[in-house]
Amino acid sequence: MDCQLDIFFLEAILNGVLLAGLLALLALGLNLVFGVIDVVWICYAELVMIGMYAIFYAYTGGVPFPLAALLGILAVAATGALLHWVVIRPVLDQPPINQLLVTGGVLFFLQAVATMAFGIEFRSLGIRLGSTGFADMTFAWSRILAFVVALAGMLALWIFLSRTFLGTAIRAIAQDRQIMPLMGVDASRIYLVTSAVGGGLAGLGAVLMVLQYDIYPQIGLQFGPLIFMICVLGGLGSMAGGFVAAFLISQFIAVGGSCMATEWGYAVAFLFFMVAIFIRPQGLFGVRG
Amino acid sequence: MSRVALRPTRGIPPLAWSALGAAALLAVPILIRYGAPGSERYYLHILIQILIWSFIYTGWSLMGRFGLTSLGHGAFTGIGAYTTVLLWNVAGLSPWLGIPVGIGLATAAALLVAYPCFSLRITGHYFALMTLALTEFVRLCIVGWRDYTGGSLGTQPQRAPGGVSITALQFEPDRVLSYYIALALWALGLWMWLRVDRSMDRYALDAASQDEEAAASVGVDVTREKLKITGLSAAMCALGGAVYGQYQMYIGPDTIAGLGVSLNIVFGTIAGGLSVLLGPTVGAVFTQLLSEVLRVAVQGSGLTAQLGSAALALDTAIYGALLIFFIIYMPKGILGTILEARRRRRAGAP
Repeated sequence: MDCQLDIFFLEAILNGVLLAGLLALLALGLNLVFGVIDVVWICYAELVMIGMYAIFYAYTGGVPFPLAALLGILAVAATGALLHWVVIRPVLDQPPINQLLVTGGVLFFLQAVATMAFGIEFRSLGIRLGSTGFADMTFAWSRILAFVVALAGMLALWIFLSRTFLGTAIRAIAQDRQIMPLMGVDASRIYLVTSAVGGGLAGLGAVLMVLQYDIYPQIGLQFGPLIFMICVLGGLGSMAGGFVAAFLISQFIAVGGSCMATEWGYAVAFLFFMVAIFIRPQGLFGVRG
Repeated sequence: MSRVALRPTRGIPPLAWSALGAAALLAVPILIRYGAPGSERYYLHILIQILIWSFIYTGWSLMGRFGLTSLGHGAFTGIGAYTTVLLWNVAGLSPWLGIPVGIGLATAAALLVAYPCFSLRITGHYFALMTLALTEFVRLCIVGWRDYTGGSLGTQPQRAPGGVSITALQFEPDRVLSYYIALALWALGLWMWLRVDRSMDRYALDAASQDEEAAASVGVDVTREKLKITGLSAAMCALGGAVYGQYQMYIGPDTIAGLGVSLNIVFGTIAGGLSVLLGPTVGAVFTQLLSEVLRVAVQGSGLTAQLGSAALALDTAIYGALLIFFIIYMPKGILGTILEARRRRRAGAP
């Protein structure tokens, strides 16, 4: 371990902050789906992977990047709605754990289909945004962009949930699943819309990730568990909690990764997560049900 | 105390059938030797894999059937396999001692995570995700400790001279011996399952899984009962993982540890039948044969030429689709559904 409190340490911390924006956005989509439908999409990271491939093929096929990004977001939103309609809806009455497991089947399925359709090679978009320097520190523009767009995406979701009729209905369903259908809210329609929005957030995450990382079918396993951890640490269903948890966890990864080998940063983050949950089982901002 | 009034256990074959089955399984190597002499090693290899995974699945089902859905068993198989191999490679300690150490470590890890979970009433999604974190933590430790573990490439136990060795517990070159070892392991798993099934703990856990507060109010020490079954389940999976490593003579962070292994254990068990004795075994037969048959079919057809190595993912795609199908339409699994249909027919109900 060679850690010094120098300018590179600060750089690691700031890079952690930039990473946190992306992770918070990804956690937000999962949290929304959990809060409203009470289902954990274990295959959430695989939806992001599908979005990354969609953007990759659209962009390399000649579509300009902003349009390709939009296509990617729509594709994942549609996948989210499809996932809900085909897989989740039939098991809504089964024990909650079956709902978690059925999406595990989707995880295997999507990964394998991606391997068959796209091959096992690492693929890269080939867009280089370069980096900017500040007092001996360098930051990739792609990360800064990801941070800004992630914050904007979260703000947009907040406005949608608090200012529109549909958003209000979504929040109402999340608070009381039994009463709202009696008030004339069509629960199955709300679930479908929520799944599409959750998928759309995964798609936005894919847009930001495709600029930073290479794409390969197993990429979901790299950050999927991390997103679940952030959601649980923040309190499943609590969006503010997920936001704070993302900042905590990404510091372990960024600072730990700069001091030690990358895996140890992650390992310490998972250890921290387990200890934190034992101290506060409901998560940072969660309410015990 | 009368146990007859409680839910009777289903799916345990009568003694005569069990004896017949045991005799058939013992005779399998002889049948294969004369039935398919050219591919003896291949068929035995498939059977050995089925038996070892059956044992691991059975170990998971011990706690899974009581609603304790752990995604942490990939950590326990990994701890068992890696402890055994590392102690042998680095310290020269025989697996006869290494396996108990591995089992001890895995059980300790299980209890360390499970105790706060159970006493804080972390259940359902949260328990699954907590144990998932343990799996990831163990996998990351294995990858991070690459000087000893070989990182993500995995490592091999150092071969003892002569191939088959008692002190090094290496038996892979002798497939018939390996088969009997795997068969003994599998039988141990069934025996453990039956012991748990016939114990008072089972009724306590059954009660706790339906209503924790009610069970506690009639004097069931819920946390203690859950810890007992978790420890046993983790120990069995560690043993299974260690034996698997000794047989394969290779361990890798993705083949014996990690989320993929955890999910395979859970799904294999659920596909076969979670709460029947031979359910996990049926699940292991199903999943292993499925991937083997698909692999052979894909290689035999022209698909490999068209898709290249990507065609190998076809079995996983079908596997994933079948899992979705099973959980939606057959949540009791293959054997569970068959047994229930048979019982209904006997009872005369539609």
